[in-house]
Amino acid sequence: MAKLDIARGRRATLLIATRKGLWQLTADTTRRKWRLTGPHFLGHVVHHCVADPRDGKRLLAAARTGHLGPTIFRSADRGRTWHEAKRPPAFREGSGRAVDHTFWLAPGHAGEPKTWYAGTSPQGLFRSEDDGATWVSVDGFNEHPMRKTWCGDDKDGTPDGPKLHSILIDPRDSNHMYIGMSSGGVFESGNGGVAWRPLNAGVKADFLPEPTPEFGHDPHCVRLHPVLPDRLYQQNHCGIYRLDRPAERWQDIGASMPKSVGAIGFPMVVHPREPDTIWVFPMDGTRVWPRTSPAGKPAVYRSVNGGKSWQRQAAGLPKTQAWLTVKRQAMTADRGSPVGVYFGTSSGEIWGSRDEGRTWKCLAAHLPHVYAVEVA
Amino acid sequence: MRVLIPGPLRDYTANAAAVSAEGLTLGSLLADLDRRFPGLRFRIIDEQGRIRRHIKFFVDGVQAKDLNPALDSATEVMIVCALSGG
Repeated sequence: MAKLDIARGRRATLLIATRKGLWQLTADTTRRKWRLTGPHFLGHVVHHCVADPRDGKRLLAAARTGHLGPTIFRSADRGRTWHEAKRPPAFREGSGRAVDHTFWLAPGHAGEPKTWYAGTSPQGLFRSEDDGATWVSVDGFNEHPMRKTWCGDDKDGTPDGPKLHSILIDPRDSNHMYIGMSSGGVFESGNGGVAWRPLNAGVKADFLPEPTPEFGHDPHCVRLHPVLPDRLYQQNHCGIYRLDRPAERWQDIGASMPKSVGAIGFPMVVHPREPDTIWVFPMDGTRVWPRTSPAGKPAVYRSVNGGKSWQRQAAGLPKTQAWLTVKRQAMTADRGSPVGVYFGTSSGEIWGSRDEGRTWKCLAAHLPHVYAVEVA
Repeated sequence: MRVLIPGPLRDYTANAAAVSAEGLTLGSLLADLDRRFPGLRFRIIDEQGRIRRHIKFFVDGVQAKDLNPALDSATEVMIVCALSGG
């Protein structure tokens, strides 16, 4: 996840990936005024655009169009100019599988400059060691004999395809990583992606005949805390969870959410410095899963004690008849003090808070369906 | 032979709507196109050699279902971006 270091004097820029292109929203130094620029790649479905925190200039964007297959665009100058990857992520010829789109991009370990990871739909993991110019399969996952069993079939994916997401690199060890899959669950590798094992104990999967299986779960978004890397959080299809390694069993922290709101949502955001502070954006997961704000009353919920309790943060957000959906990559935080929190909606609005969620302001509207918001 | 390029692919051909390329089959023609315009092939053919879902090829006006049709220098190949939704 890209991070803004306001201490270095850089202005906050949001990278807004949408169903119809990429926009940038740049703040003044106070984060009160914002300027929208773009689009880049108008008409492309941009699933994710991420800045490289290791050099502050490199951007990668995952794109396709309705007609054309998936590719990766690269910029070395914060989006002024772009070049296409020479070899985008692609499965082994003869495997029978084809990448429909790259869904998730993640910079590699700080000690591995130029290294990136990509997660695809259908579930695949790819690695680049040249700033995204060429990508190779992480065969330890893509060719794993259990992969098909872990991932399920077409009926086990999200409406626009099953996805590999939430690629998390342990800042203490480049070989230690986690991934999330919808569906499939959370998996861990301790050797750079050569071997993998499921890490889902304690997580519900109430849509399966066996409600507590070893794998087959639907983690919507998983985050690792950068200051306390043994602390993981996940917003799951079946609730909100926390895991403190080396423990193996996730703790249900969604039970403390108000019953009228529930614990279902897509995104999960962690505070850049405080491991106990997190934000979620609940959605309606009842009956036929509208995936909109519960009762049409959007609100962010924050916990400052690792999920023991939650506070509603809705000041400035519409009070009623606002049926917002916020996708799993469409909510993020900067590194300011106080932290800025941002989310984008499927109805094309960008909302921001410069006081850690206490008050909200609409920063942009009338954009296409927002798929991802990241800080550059 | 002459290859007609649809709008979504013209970023690769410097905006040319028609280009020249060579090949004895549609598959070898696409390999030559990719040499001339790097990256173009993967946008319309997946890594398993399958024509992507919303792409069609017409060889002298007849739709090709795969990459096997034979070509000659007088053949005209049209690449079409089919309907793909709003």
